[in-house]
Amino acid sequence: MANSYPHPRRSLRARAFAATAVLALAAPLAACGSNDEGGVPTLNLYQFPVEHMQDVIDRCNQQAAGKYKIVYQVLPRTADDQRVQMVRRLAAKDDSMDILGMDVTWTQEFASANWIREFTGTDKSDVENGTLPGPLASGEYNDKLYAAPNNTNVQLLWYRKDLVPTPPKTWAEMIQMSLQLKQQGKPYQVLTMGAQYEGLVVLFNSLVASAGGHVVSDDGKTAVMDAGALKGLDTMKTFATAGVTNPSFSNMIEDDVRHAFQNGEGAFELNWPYVWASMQSETPDLAKNVAWARYPGIDPGTQSITTIGGSNLAVSSYSRYPQLDFEAVKCLRDPESQKYLAINAGQPPSIESVYNDPEMAKAYPMKDTLLEELKNAAPRPRTPAYQNLSTVVAAELSPPDSIQPDKTADSLKKSIQDAIDSKGVLP
Amino acid sequence: MTAQQEKVAIPAQRATHRKPAISEGKRQERRLGWLLCAPAAIVMVAVTAYPILYSVWLSLQRYDLKFPENREFIGLANYATVLSNNYWWTAFGVTVLITVVSVAVELVLGMGLALIMHRTIIGRGLVRTSALIPYGIVTVVAAFSWRYAWTPGTGYLANLVAPNGAPLTERGASLAIIILAEIWKTTPFMALLLLAGLALVPDDLLKAAAMDGAGWWQRFTKVMLPVMKPAILVALLFRTLDAFRVFDNIYVLTNGANETSSVSMIAYNNLIKGLNLGIGSTMSVLIFITVAIIAFVFVKLFGTAAPGSSEEGRR
Repeated sequence: MANSYPHPRRSLRARAFAATAVLALAAPLAACGSNDEGGVPTLNLYQFPVEHMQDVIDRCNQQAAGKYKIVYQVLPRTADDQRVQMVRRLAAKDDSMDILGMDVTWTQEFASANWIREFTGTDKSDVENGTLPGPLASGEYNDKLYAAPNNTNVQLLWYRKDLVPTPPKTWAEMIQMSLQLKQQGKPYQVLTMGAQYEGLVVLFNSLVASAGGHVVSDDGKTAVMDAGALKGLDTMKTFATAGVTNPSFSNMIEDDVRHAFQNGEGAFELNWPYVWASMQSETPDLAKNVAWARYPGIDPGTQSITTIGGSNLAVSSYSRYPQLDFEAVKCLRDPESQKYLAINAGQPPSIESVYNDPEMAKAYPMKDTLLEELKNAAPRPRTPAYQNLSTVVAAELSPPDSIQPDKTADSLKKSIQDAIDSKGVLP
Repeated sequence: MTAQQEKVAIPAQRATHRKPAISEGKRQERRLGWLLCAPAAIVMVAVTAYPILYSVWLSLQRYDLKFPENREFIGLANYATVLSNNYWWTAFGVTVLITVVSVAVELVLGMGLALIMHRTIIGRGLVRTSALIPYGIVTVVAAFSWRYAWTPGTGYLANLVAPNGAPLTERGASLAIIILAEIWKTTPFMALLLLAGLALVPDDLLKAAAMDGAGWWQRFTKVMLPVMKPAILVALLFRTLDAFRVFDNIYVLTNGANETSSVSMIAYNNLIKGLNLGIGSTMSVLIFITVAIIAFVFVKLFGTAAPGSSEEGRR
């Protein structure tokens, strides 16, 4: 038994096989190492899919005139998948990631993890110049700028002007109007996002900010849940139990809300501006009767403060060409790029002057209301633990009709603090 | 034969506290054996022992990628956090439920399938191949088919079974669907392991039992099952360990919504999504310990042995 040595020829063949296998494994690695063509540094832009993004990149590459070449690496469609892919690469110190297209809520997390570079000097002042304060705040962490706002977004109140002559200014007023319509047997529902996900956190954040409250201290280190936060919870509970919501409110995300409104089920819709374009093309008859107004506030006489959405651009700490990255970021988000994407991809700009462009009036008839809201909008709690915070807040607030303001506030405060202290366990 | 002799030699060694006399040739052979094993053993240490020890080390720290400067050694505090947390125990309960129900059903169905595969005379190859198809399909692909099938609008099952609801948005229904998907997927594997056990049952024994007047059921329970016991235990052990680490079906079907997370899901959420290496590793270590306990119970208490080793050698 012990004498049966392998046949020499077989071992040769095995060796040849092994060598081929090693080559096959190593070849892609070699390819990764040398991705700069002809001495022009390649800057990889990792971003979620955006329509017509390539046009913007082509313009910037042309402008760079051989200094750098931006290559668009398209990330998956859902925010969670995008973040997981970026985070895994960053944790492994991947130097092939140069520019990161991020959701506004990731800036603080990535900055705290030392994954993105601070904007300093002229890079900083160039980005700050002309950018709306709300979106700009989303790119800051500990009073330093870590990300350049690209596009931004706020929700508006869309209402049926055939049913509601003057738009409500507060939630209480809106609920009142809705109940009246209900009595008259007309479409009455107030439609907005209430499923257990980020959208519910956005609603909560807008209510708390409008009531002048805080969920987390300004430095992002302590959970506060002050009187304003309680008032926000209270309003949410009142809204969810007043009998004005859609039966599946607690399971609705953006598109469900849009569809329900287009089906004529609602008198009011609180949603992002993208609903306007689809309303125009899908239900033009209904769209004729729809107008927009500022998101409702909580106290009469105090204007609402709404939650900012959108995306930022940042420079990876592991990139080999940080200086070129900053230059490329400035081009990718300059007024011309923002205008192009606003008109062709439906992304509201974060630079104020872009709104004054004559071409914008046609694509964004609601731009004045949008701009008004953007001028004093609220970023979501700015803490590196936002992802965890959002998960626990959505879990605690769902379903909204079971909120017990005092009790919910207490348990929220505890689980938010745990999330900030990395003691929190995510469900 | 050598294996048998060694088994005898070990008790002797213990009894006398003396080195047993091993011949020169045998010592050489043993040395060669170790040398031949060494590469595999070293690779095993590198790819399994190191990560295990590393995650134990991580689990003793506050280590959150979001707060790199706050990294510190905190002893067993992460274990206290996880073990006193409701989400963890809910996930643990869900995992145990999925494991017990799916393995029990798989055992029954797998046994039936194994008997069919064993007894088929015509088209045996075809029967065996077709029975194994579900096991050959990638779990994630199968899970997506199940998800679409159970989603109203895209699936036939949702419209057929629950015309007015969305089964994957309710907890009970979701768990049932997850278990169903697990069973569908791994019953063939169970059947394959049991088929190997069935092959061990000598025909003579069954004929003798029949001569003694044993009916079909008696032959099955009194002759086949006892002879197959080692194979059954191995099949159960493998499937239990596997089922306890269920991830892909849940990830695709519900992504943990409505409290349907398993322990692996929750560990993934904390480790990969939450970037909390401390808490996440604690969960991984706890899963590892649970799996080790399951294996220990099977091996020591039920006397499961590796397939092929002799019955006498174990006790």
